[in-house]
Amino acid sequence: MTSPSTEPKAHSHGLGEIPFSKLATHGSFDVNDFPVPNGREEEWRFTPLRRLKGLHDFKGEADGVDRLDVDAPEGVTVEKVGRDDERLRTAGLPADRVTAQAHSAFEEATVLTVAKGTALERPVTIERQAQGGTRFDQYLIELEPMAEAVVVLKQTGTGVRAGNLDLHVGEGARLTLVSVQDWEQDAVDVTQHNAQVEKDGTFKSIVVTLGGDLVRLSPKVAYKDRGANAELHGLYFTGDGQHHEHRSLIDHNLSSTRSRVEYKGALSGKDAHAVWIGDVIIGEGTSGTDSYELNRNLQLTDDTRVDSVPNLEIFTGEVEGAGHASASGRLDDIHLFYLRSRGIPEEEARRLVIRGYFLELINRIPIEELRDEIMGKVEQKLASHE
Amino acid sequence: MTKFEIRGLRADVLIGEDERQEILKGVDLTVNSGETHAIMGPNGSGKSTLAYAIAGHPRYEITEGEVLIDGENVLDMEVDERARAGVFLAMQYPVEVPGVSMSNFLRSSVTAVRGEAPKLRQFSKELQGAMKNLSIDSGFAARGVNEGFSGGEKKRHEILQLELLKPKVAILDETDSGLDVDALKIVSEGINRSKETHQMGTMLITHYTRILNHVKPDFVHVFAGGRIAESGGPDLADTLESEGYERFVKAGA
Ligand SMILES: Nc1ncnc2c1ncn2[C@@H]1O[C@H](COP(=O)(O)OP(=O)(O)OP(=O)(O)O)[C@@H](O)[C@H]1O
Ligand SMILES: [Mg+2]
Repeated sequence: MTSPSTEPKAHSHGLGEIPFSKLATHGSFDVNDFPVPNGREEEWRFTPLRRLKGLHDFKGEADGVDRLDVDAPEGVTVEKVGRDDERLRTAGLPADRVTAQAHSAFEEATVLTVAKGTALERPVTIERQAQGGTRFDQYLIELEPMAEAVVVLKQTGTGVRAGNLDLHVGEGARLTLVSVQDWEQDAVDVTQHNAQVEKDGTFKSIVVTLGGDLVRLSPKVAYKDRGANAELHGLYFTGDGQHHEHRSLIDHNLSSTRSRVEYKGALSGKDAHAVWIGDVIIGEGTSGTDSYELNRNLQLTDDTRVDSVPNLEIFTGEVEGAGHASASGRLDDIHLFYLRSRGIPEEEARRLVIRGYFLELINRIPIEELRDEIMGKVEQKLASHE
Repeated sequence: MTKFEIRGLRADVLIGEDERQEILKGVDLTVNSGETHAIMGPNGSGKSTLAYAIAGHPRYEITEGEVLIDGENVLDMEVDERARAGVFLAMQYPVEVPGVSMSNFLRSSVTAVRGEAPKLRQFSKELQGAMKNLSIDSGFAARGVNEGFSGGEKKRHEILQLELLKPKVAILDETDSGLDVDALKIVSEGINRSKETHQMGTMLITHYTRILNHVKPDFVHVFAGGRIAESGGPDLADTLESEGYERFVKAGA
């Protein structure tokens, strides 16, 4: 067994200091199983509750409207289904009160199914534009055995949104999800991703969070059989006043499963706050787990705040690999010096280094135009903070 | 005709929050276009400090003196302005900048120094030619700046940059160390090309006379205790080779 690495940590809390595995893996579909949070709970202590605009103690009416455009190639079935569709209860439980609230209150779910053995010739694109109000959502993306798909979810507009995106990756199937949170600056988004990966299936997610006033995204992975693989990547650029929180939970509940978690962010401007919680559980009696998680933060200005908390709980001695790293810091002035010593003006040198910092991550997106678009948005955000 | 003057230069290395140490204790040196000044001296005497301080490295602070290029005060300029004014430093330890591709970096740098973006096709031809001259495989253009380069590969790339940027004055800090015999020749030829084509003035910091057989110095200076302790012609290098620095270190202490 490899012991967890001890690289520099920012605001980190010791392993095992706070027991999380019970609560986080438990969850419930019913909002009433969760008490109204007061902000002192482990899973809420970093989230500014008052900026949830009532989501954590919802009393009003879900009056929000989304415009949804789904562009799917042949081989994909797109359905709108009611609450009673039993597929909506197979993918894992909401882990907190807000996502349970969403599950308790959504009216209609969107289900995408990729047929068995189908490798899609082009990506599925879901353009979701929130048009104000409060809304609860439920999505399911189902890949039947040996199917292969890239799904891009582009989210823009404003409103208060909470939801669950369930992902079921069938045996030997490969799903790449790119979820872009490009909300307007006053939007609130609390979403959980529930991925279940069957034997030899691969789930890759690339999360890109740029907009919103408050975004809290909790990608959760569970394995249904051996050989299942999950890679969670994330990029965020948190500007002044924004709260971006990513909470991944990988539950290596079975033997011979693999996970990689890699989240990288940049923060700039007053009270920009990024939170990364990386929970990894390597379950009792399992063997051959291979897991690694990493979070890096680039604090471009001093008035930003980062909370980066890797949590690794290991209940077995038979681990193939398990490690984590978390580091936060400023732009390396020696990097900048080198570029500038070759005549490159400071602003451009900063842009080059930040581009470089995100490049590997962005290159994981399998669509060139989308890569360019996201790099463009990152640079735009960077420019607006200079 | 360019005149590069260092006058009474004193500089501190910044160690911690309020810890600093004076390293340069009054350096005077004038380098005219086309001249090559070899600077030799014991480890830790401040040669790299001199080079970095002139380039504007953030870990050093100049406390006294001037550096002028054709009468313009280099020390008033930003780091990047110094480069655009024609001052180039080939570093003893070139910096790795992950994620920034060499080709992107070179294009940005050439654009900044020349004041206009070179035509893409023309530039890629120029780059390929320059890389070939230095026996650098074209695959390096796609790699991150110095990322995972061997010591010798980094040094070759410093000279590649030198050749693309065509500075008026170059400070070459131990560019010869870490190079194999063939590479030493190749790199020396690169330096000589810059001397010939645009009369580059050169400060060549080195520990070895070997490179001086390829790049002929006009002057040799002994650097000890944070200043130039003695200056002479090319013969001085041979004297140092046989006698070492002992007498200067003692004198400086
Ligand atoms: N951060 C630091 N803290 C303490 N001393 C430092 C620091 N940085 C540099 N120095 C000291 O400054 C002195 C000058 O270093 P410099 O690198 O300029 O020497 P040099 O002449 O280039 O040596 P070499 O021939 O080994 O390259 C050395 O004694 C070095 O230890
Ligand atoms: Mg040195």
